[in-house]
Amino acid sequence: MNKSDTPTLAPQPGLPAPAASWHDRKGLVQIGLLAVLLLVPLAAYFLGHVYYVNLASRITLVAMAAVGLNLAIGYGGMVSFGHAAYFGLGGYVAGISAYHAFDFTPVIGWPVAIPGSDSMLAIWLAAILLCGLLALVIGAISLRTTGVYFIMITLAFAQMIYYFANSWPTYGGEDGLPIYLRNSLPVIDTNDALTFFLICFGGLVLSLALTSRIMKSRFGAALTMARLNDTRLATAGIAPYPIRLVAFVISAMITGLAGALYADLNGFVSPTMLSWHMSGELMVIVILGGVGRLYGPLAGAILFVMMETLLGGLTEYWQLFLGLVLLFVVLFAKHGVMGWLAGRERHE
Amino acid sequence: MSDAVLKLANLNKRFGALQATRDVSLDLYPGEIHALIGPNGAGKSTLIGQIAGNLKPDAGSIVLAGRDITSLSVAQRARLGLGRSFQVSSLAEPLTVKRNVMIAVQALQGHSFRFWKPVHRDERLLVPAMEALERMALTQRADTPVAELSHGERRQVEVACALALKPRALLLDEPMAGLGPEGSAHLTELLEALKHEVPILLIEHDMDAVFRLADRISVLVAGGVIAHGDSAAIRANPQVREAYLGD
Repeated sequence: MNKSDTPTLAPQPGLPAPAASWHDRKGLVQIGLLAVLLLVPLAAYFLGHVYYVNLASRITLVAMAAVGLNLAIGYGGMVSFGHAAYFGLGGYVAGISAYHAFDFTPVIGWPVAIPGSDSMLAIWLAAILLCGLLALVIGAISLRTTGVYFIMITLAFAQMIYYFANSWPTYGGEDGLPIYLRNSLPVIDTNDALTFFLICFGGLVLSLALTSRIMKSRFGAALTMARLNDTRLATAGIAPYPIRLVAFVISAMITGLAGALYADLNGFVSPTMLSWHMSGELMVIVILGGVGRLYGPLAGAILFVMMETLLGGLTEYWQLFLGLVLLFVVLFAKHGVMGWLAGRERHE
Repeated sequence: MSDAVLKLANLNKRFGALQATRDVSLDLYPGEIHALIGPNGAGKSTLIGQIAGNLKPDAGSIVLAGRDITSLSVAQRARLGLGRSFQVSSLAEPLTVKRNVMIAVQALQGHSFRFWKPVHRDERLLVPAMEALERMALTQRADTPVAELSHGERRQVEVACALALKPRALLLDEPMAGLGPEGSAHLTELLEALKHEVPILLIEHDMDAVFRLADRISVLVAGGVIAHGDSAAIRANPQVREAYLGD
């Protein structure tokens, strides 16, 4: 039966050709998106429109936060509705550290004195470590559940942190915390809009490269199997839970680093960065761009921020149009903007 | 006789008033196929669940290669050498055949917390995966997504995945289910060739396949083993004819 049943094997020598051209198309779209994101602010900067440079930084950082979320949702099948917790925590790390550096007071006085710092390198490291730690705790508990329960429990954790920040007066409570002087790097002038954009761009490219590399590795193969069929993974002898947990932690670290940069971009951090609106916004970006597509978050962030900026300038009801676009994507273009631009993803 | 690879001793499992597994003792020796048959509702699935680790028995023990695995998880049992296939296909459909088998090879080679080296040109994964596929006559389908395979081919992939674990014992849950006579005959041939490398506990409805393949047969009725013996003995057993073969 199997011998006679497989005439489809015959035309197989022809297969590599369309697969290769499909690959080219995806590559072109990816390079195109990065090129637009890099060249537009460059042009704007030299034409003297700093506003657009900062807009590009915003797109870049929101995209990077969504790259982190995409690792959880798209690649790991873990629909986290609480990634604002990491985005906001990263933001607060930048804000609180700068606040104490400005005041010359320690962040923590006991049991060890930790001074504030306006060094971005120190802040990034702290944001990555703290977000990883938070995700380890939240993930360890949340990943015992699946489906709707997982969505709700991640949301609940994020809301707890949101209300905590809201009611903690030391760091501004609901008014938020200003960062008077943008945090600094050795040699480089981070106050320059283009320089700061390039730092953000570097962060985005790095997080894309990291995600791509991880997903091609053994860990990525295990994570993919955990998403597609966790029974198969367990039957092979790999427990799905630790695989998911580690992916969840990496995901939070990427989103947290984006959050630290985002606070520096705005010179301000407030509980808004921790709110469920923020979590929802990141989810919308991932879905718009294409769930589980490497460049989906970038495509989604460009579309989202441009709509917010252009339509938001015309009407305060711009989210109505966002809703319509989202409806269209979910109903007619299930693979998001990336699916539409670059074709369906085919596993090798 | 050498020691049993897999040994179930006095397993019991109860769901409320239903005694789903009643004092079941079974063993599996190297080089043999031991078939487990029984009418619908005899408790076969419950028994498999306990062997594979999805269900915990209320009493009794399961020993794999001299080690008590009664309280271990599915993944731990797999690592100790228990390969299984499912009654309902449990493959990752969007992935290629090769990728489905490679995950088993990966598990065999240790932990999966390796984040850097790409798997698609990892010879340590590819070579053993292709070997397992060759044994199940699937070499030509290695790069085909499982979603595009015929039902029979999926059955073969299931067995290939289990084989790639280099198991000490194979637990095959109705591998012939849904196959036509030709597909069934093909898989029977493949399994027959396999039994000398790895003993198989075969749960199967297809009587032709069972009588052809099995060295020993146990008959499960209402949760308990009512008969045990080779094909001829089982065919002749009046109790079995009444309870199962229906004449």
